[in-house]
Amino acid sequence: MLSLIVFLPVIAGLIILAVPSSQKQIIRIVSLLAAVVQMVLAVMIWRGYDPSLAGITAMAGGMPEGSFQFIERLPWISLDLGGMGSMNIEYFLGVDGLSITMVILTALVSTIGVLSSWTIKKQVKGYFLLYNLLATAMMGCFVALDFFLFYVFWELMLLPMYFLIGIWGGPNREYAAIKFFLYTLFGSVFMLLVMIGLYFSVIDPLTGNHTFSLVAMASQENYIKDAILGPDNAMWRFVAFIVLFIGFAIKVPMFPFHTWLPDAHVEAPTPISVILAGVLLKLGTYGMMRINFPLFPEVFQASMYVIGVFGAINIIYGAFCALAQQDLKKMVAYSSISHMGYVLLGLAAANSEGMTGALYQMFNHGTITAMLFLLVGVIYDRAHTRQIDKFGGLASYMPVYTGIVMVAWFASLGLPGLSGFISEAFVFVGAFSSETTRYIAMVSVLGIVFGAAYLLWSLQRMFLGKRKDDAAYDLVTGPDGEEQIHFHDWNGKLDLDGRELAMLIPLVVITIFLGIYPMPIMGLMTSTVNHLVEVLSPVMMAVVN
Amino acid sequence: MFELPSGAEIQSIIAILKSGLGFFIPEIYLSLLFMGLIILDLVLKGKNKNSILGWATLLGLGGSFYCIVQQHAMQTGELFFGMYVLDEYAIFFKYFFVASGMFAVVATLADRKFDEEVASIGEYYALVVAMVIGMVMMAAASDLLMIFLAMELVSLTAYILSGYFKRDARSSEAALKYLVYGAVSSGLMLYGFSLIYGMTAETNILKISMELADHGYDPLVMILATLLIMAGFGYKIGAFPFHFWSPDVYEGAPTPITAYLSVASKAAGFALLLRFFYIAVPHGVSPYEDIIGIDWLTLLVIMSVASMIYGNVVAIWQKNVKRLLAYSSIAHAGYLLLGVIVMDEIGTQATLFYLLAYFLVNFAAFYVVILISNRTGSENLDDYRGLGRKMPLAGAALTVFLISLVGLPPTVGFIGKLFIFSALLSKGSLYIWLALIGVLTSVISLYYYMLIPLNMFLRDSLEPNEKSLNPGFLAQLMMAVLMILTIWFGLFFEPLSEFARYSSAMFALSLY
Repeated sequence: MLSLIVFLPVIAGLIILAVPSSQKQIIRIVSLLAAVVQMVLAVMIWRGYDPSLAGITAMAGGMPEGSFQFIERLPWISLDLGGMGSMNIEYFLGVDGLSITMVILTALVSTIGVLSSWTIKKQVKGYFLLYNLLATAMMGCFVALDFFLFYVFWELMLLPMYFLIGIWGGPNREYAAIKFFLYTLFGSVFMLLVMIGLYFSVIDPLTGNHTFSLVAMASQENYIKDAILGPDNAMWRFVAFIVLFIGFAIKVPMFPFHTWLPDAHVEAPTPISVILAGVLLKLGTYGMMRINFPLFPEVFQASMYVIGVFGAINIIYGAFCALAQQDLKKMVAYSSISHMGYVLLGLAAANSEGMTGALYQMFNHGTITAMLFLLVGVIYDRAHTRQIDKFGGLASYMPVYTGIVMVAWFASLGLPGLSGFISEAFVFVGAFSSETTRYIAMVSVLGIVFGAAYLLWSLQRMFLGKRKDDAAYDLVTGPDGEEQIHFHDWNGKLDLDGRELAMLIPLVVITIFLGIYPMPIMGLMTSTVNHLVEVLSPVMMAVVN
Repeated sequence: MFELPSGAEIQSIIAILKSGLGFFIPEIYLSLLFMGLIILDLVLKGKNKNSILGWATLLGLGGSFYCIVQQHAMQTGELFFGMYVLDEYAIFFKYFFVASGMFAVVATLADRKFDEEVASIGEYYALVVAMVIGMVMMAAASDLLMIFLAMELVSLTAYILSGYFKRDARSSEAALKYLVYGAVSSGLMLYGFSLIYGMTAETNILKISMELADHGYDPLVMILATLLIMAGFGYKIGAFPFHFWSPDVYEGAPTPITAYLSVASKAAGFALLLRFFYIAVPHGVSPYEDIIGIDWLTLLVIMSVASMIYGNVVAIWQKNVKRLLAYSSIAHAGYLLLGVIVMDEIGTQATLFYLLAYFLVNFAAFYVVILISNRTGSENLDDYRGLGRKMPLAGAALTVFLISLVGLPPTVGFIGKLFIFSALLSKGSLYIWLALIGVLTSVISLYYYMLIPLNMFLRDSLEPNEKSLNPGFLAQLMMAVLMILTIWFGLFFEPLSEFARYSSAMFALSLY
């Protein structure tokens, strides 16, 4: 099941490879079909998932992978390394509460991304080949339970992303694409070294061999005491934690490693921005929760405060930057930085509320930001500009569009009744109830105010009031005598057309529904998050030692 | 007075030589092939002569696999009074060099520049075979004299081959530079050999190591000797600071020869380096460390770090693809040296694996460079603009190969790097700093390798002409196969790594 959901896009890619490049519609439809089937599979996995099982680590006394679900475990590579014993790499997939939410999110965002890609006119075949490769890599990352496999998927994302930004992006795309590539690779080469170090430090209790299994690595009793990343080597464990954290933090992106994000977002085409903000950023925080924290719990304990501070910086700094932007897309990009700060803050709180809030915020940020970028794309398609001051009074002429913008904007600023509110509330409840992060949380609350400021201000400038003199569109009198606006070089429907509605409505529904009744997603994560908190708690560590 | 050997002694010498011949069949076969090709060149006439010669070479080299396969069953040991050895390690490199010779021939057959530059290809293929013989002997030589002879055979043929485009000034310049640097470094190496001989009165590397162990040595002379010898080996592997020839030679030489030198000549250098330093030269805790504070391992560490940094940094500013790959090959010599430094089974295995990966990927990259230059007549980075749309398969294939050179999964180059870094980290925290330099410089390498896909895909051609260029069916097939192999071995590398382990197992005894 998981293999299918991971490799379905690649299969679609192979089919596309056989289709002549002039048959653009077939290529699009094949991709859409793959994404829809992926979505269906994700729903099936969701239905079949038992939320009472925890995951993260193996269950004591049970099967080594007992608490994971939909497991697929095959030996992949088994090498004899002479004196070093044998090297075992497994094809090991499975989901727990952390990954299942992300699997659903990935399937959802990929499907919407395909719909949004309909507007891509240049080199359609190449575009969808890379898009499908990216979709596979993302999904693979979330379900891989072998560190080696995870790393392969993690790196596999870079090249398609580079080309998707670099070929189909805006004017400054070369710079943005290579910046993204270099930043992420810089983070992940350290991950490679830590991965090797962990491999030499961990023994699979069943086979007695070294292993890349993340499940085995998450149990501290599987570490060799005097190995390089074993419990006796506190210094190297600290270093490993830091570099691993930086590797994931670049992806989040956490201040001061965030500078690639605005560039990448501004240059990327709309669907790629959607994927980037909707899924890729989540990989950073997912990596922290899956790998970074449970593997080095004692270092995590020691650095919670710092992580919280960086979270607060992200929240406030991102909001300030967003406030200063003239380019709507750049504003949304900085709002992403701000909102990912809440995730970091929730993680730093290290209690059930905070962690649940963080994970739920990851899901909600995925859907809300996808919506924001889609909406930016809609207006950019029409006006060919994203400058906020080139608009004004859009509300009277594009009512449907404005309505959805309202939902998205208010969800983003955390209006009660919309999904963003619940996750942010949980994060703050968690952060306030934790001794470590209490004061950080007090400062971070300011972020909500600034967040409201830039969102409302942009809303006001673009949608309310009247058309400005230098606006990107003219006022004309329509056939029925009513005043209308007209965009240059735009012959499509003025307000949202069917395809745009098809990608936005599901997100609107999800945002509202999960704001009123969060249990369908939150229910999945409860036991996993509780177990994660337990693994990370000092009490648990005392037991192990 | 020199005494003539008696008849009985001569008889026994001949008997030993004769008994050795049975273990020397691949080399004899290749020598016969060499002569056969020269004769074929004289006999053949007509338009298709060049390609007939090429295919004959390809078949001939392919045939030698048969002889090599049979050597697995033979008793390993020394031949010809310890001049030469037959072991799994040597057999590994026999496969390696014959296969790279075949690749060079395939690349030559694909390269249109040969049709323009030289009327008749003449002894070119024969020289390629001669170089294969030289490299095969380098890998199996176990005597200082034999090492020198084999190296000179490789060097001399390489000088001629790199200057094969007589009317091309750059090609001639390449040959001359290669010759001058080669002469200096082999002179230095010979001086080092003479010092070692002076200390031990032996030329066989096994006996040298026993002499040194039994009778001790003057540490200062020893370090001087290893330094001088390293000049020779460093020149062959193209490591900093003995790399000065490589950018010019790589740029000027015919591209198939560039590819051949960058892979096979480097591998031959490593074959020799591993055998010589692992067996002949003592290492570890040694008295002379106190005197000047370094031993040969430290020298290798310095060379490796300098190569990685210098090669990767200087490559950033290159405008010619062949030159860019030349600097990158300096960096790869640095990564390969990391495996040597580890000094254990896993390190040797990593080095051999990395060589295999580098073989596949670097040849493949040069192959695409040849195909592109056939169509555009240029190797300049600027002329690669917009090629991704004109030659989509070539663009995609080259991207995969370059990504593999960077060391990103899921390609075979990633596994090579993984093995090297695993070998370093298996020593605990001792070599972490080397691994750090390795990964950081490979981030730098991403930048300049990506310049090629950047020009191919992200930039539009300077000319408005958007006609697609077809490199031909066979070439397309070849590229597709190489691309699939690069990814396949990145995912299922067990056979390659088992081969590398099996071939390096013999060092297990001599190390530690």
